[in-house]
Amino acid sequence: MTDHKVIENTRLQGIAVSPGIIIGKARLVDRTKQKIIYQYLVDEDQIKQEKERFKEALDITKEQIVTLKNRMSDQIREHSFILDAHLMIVDDSMVSDATINIILEEKINAEWALKKSVQKIRQLFEEIDYEYIRDRINDVENVAERILRNLVGKEQDNLSEINERVIIVAHDLSPADTSELNTAMVMGFIADVGGLTSHTAIMAQALKIPAVVGLESVSNQVEDGTLLIVDGYNGEIIIGPDDDTIIAYEEKQVQHERYKSSILRLSHLSSETVDGHRIAITANIEFLEEVIAAKDHGAEGIGLYRTEYLYLRSKGIPEEEELFEDYRQVVENISPSSVTIRTLDLGGDKFLSDSELIGEINPALGLRAIRFCLKEPEIFKSQLRAILRASAYGRIRLMFPMISGLQELLDTKKILNEVMNDLEKENVEYDHDIKIGIMIEVPSAVTMADILAKHVDFFSIGTNDLIQYTLAIDRVNEHVAYMYEPYHPAVIRMITQVVKAARDAGIEVSLCGEMASDPFCTALLLGIGINEFSMNAGGIPLIKKIIRSISREEAVNDLKDILQFETVREVRKFIEKKMETLMPELKDKDFYMKLSLNNS
Amino acid sequence: MDQIKRLEILNDLGLHGRAAARIVELTGQYKSKLYFIKDGHREVDGSSILSILTLACPKGTEIQARAVGEDAEELLDNLSKLFKRKFGERK
Repeated sequence: MTDHKVIENTRLQGIAVSPGIIIGKARLVDRTKQKIIYQYLVDEDQIKQEKERFKEALDITKEQIVTLKNRMSDQIREHSFILDAHLMIVDDSMVSDATINIILEEKINAEWALKKSVQKIRQLFEEIDYEYIRDRINDVENVAERILRNLVGKEQDNLSEINERVIIVAHDLSPADTSELNTAMVMGFIADVGGLTSHTAIMAQALKIPAVVGLESVSNQVEDGTLLIVDGYNGEIIIGPDDDTIIAYEEKQVQHERYKSSILRLSHLSSETVDGHRIAITANIEFLEEVIAAKDHGAEGIGLYRTEYLYLRSKGIPEEEELFEDYRQVVENISPSSVTIRTLDLGGDKFLSDSELIGEINPALGLRAIRFCLKEPEIFKSQLRAILRASAYGRIRLMFPMISGLQELLDTKKILNEVMNDLEKENVEYDHDIKIGIMIEVPSAVTMADILAKHVDFFSIGTNDLIQYTLAIDRVNEHVAYMYEPYHPAVIRMITQVVKAARDAGIEVSLCGEMASDPFCTALLLGIGINEFSMNAGGIPLIKKIIRSISREEAVNDLKDILQFETVREVRKFIEKKMETLMPELKDKDFYMKLSLNNS
Repeated sequence: MDQIKRLEILNDLGLHGRAAARIVELTGQYKSKLYFIKDGHREVDGSSILSILTLACPKGTEIQARAVGEDAEELLDNLSKLFKRKFGERK
């Protein structure tokens, strides 16, 4: 580090990638280049030794990566793929064999030889036309640096030993760096490089701490202990702020916190429209542990319990007993409110090991959800038994995903009846009046909703898949994702049709897709007649606040206008204008979406 | 023992890091050696993730896979399936 002085109050503009404001001390993650000695080897013995020393360094490197991988918290485990790739790079012939050959042929030390083989790989990569492949050279450099450090024997910059709350400052953070971090001690991230999809951004979002990247040379401008302000809303950072600036930002921090908590405070009030209609707000959860957060955010029950986790977590199919324990705890924790348990919504290929490679070209239209369950009745029955047994401990509603027509529903109910009969024969207790419902997420189910309604107790509209199937848009495909559009008149008509069918048959209807937590859809859905919204816990406070400030009668009247519109644009314009008068502070949609994100 | 198969890259991202890793994983399960040849280029080692990446294959590229060894046919069959299912890429 040079002996430059930190200039007071330097402002730098970067890219905001995770919201929030923090004031704290810097901790540099310094990947200073090693001092490397270059030397020739004199005799065969030395050459042999050098080869062994290199192999040892490779082994140590692999051990370190495996340890990192095992230490990854669940929050970031999905990124462990990168460490797998790093392991492959250590073993790659272009790294290991090539370096050993250079040691043997050129009679030079391992550090030098490794530098040479990496240089060769770099040249090959530089010729690649495609940036996303060319950029993988960063992984090679990262791995090579680790091997070098192990060769030179210098201590690794030990990030796991950070024991005070700090803001991490880096040129760029690698997954290996972040997996070493004691995340409880990290208040925020700032980095020289990166964008919205960079690893640093993804990590910060997962940890719900502010981050600003793309600051160019910030890692050269601060030292350990420098005071920093990070504004993850505007993408600004301030190095060495003076007192006035600190006070100004503390105020800004308080304002944001106050707004968040003002919504949070209201979340325990009932969600009733100004004209006195009660709307149920429930939570979507994936794990037992989320029940507490759901209640804290004001959920009046669990509207969607996704049950895939236990099937994906361990290898193979979980035992009925394990499922039962999990479901029983959820229902007991949420009692006296109810939990809607959705049966397995997975594709068949998830259960087969990768080497069998039974792939599908189009998994969204393939063997998944209820189709898979009907094909594998033993797996299905074991889950149904677990759910029914748990229903003796509180209020469970049972829901089947992806029903596309009546026959499928009847086949499913037949299996359910068999399981119920079995339990009765075994004298096992369960709730004989358990409510049975289906997800409405396939267009054919919308068209047949009046028929299906005669055979179930409730509908839950899954808008994510329904929009995808209706508009033939794969929302994960960047080329068409922009066409994924909840305001599409076809989508609005479909939801309206389902609600009407449910109402005519006298059954309940809720909505559990992302539309439920979109503040710009609340009035629309209310007008259509949805009276239960189920969403991620973080979205609940804001939606409750909106419901408490609108009139259902007005929403119903507005719907008449909206149904006349022929294009997305007309619908959007109408709704945005309404929102502007209803909740002016929500005008900046992106900002408030971020707020609710950070809340969850 | 020496078998050759033409393969087309169907996934949107081409032979990127994750796809290359899948190939190396698969190759590791067989005794046979695997090589890739892209038109006009040198042959590369199919068990080396970096070699596969340097082939620089975007979507639509055709490459030849050559396997040598007792289980070459099985390796190529499963390799071909891996390519067809777009390396399990969830779009």
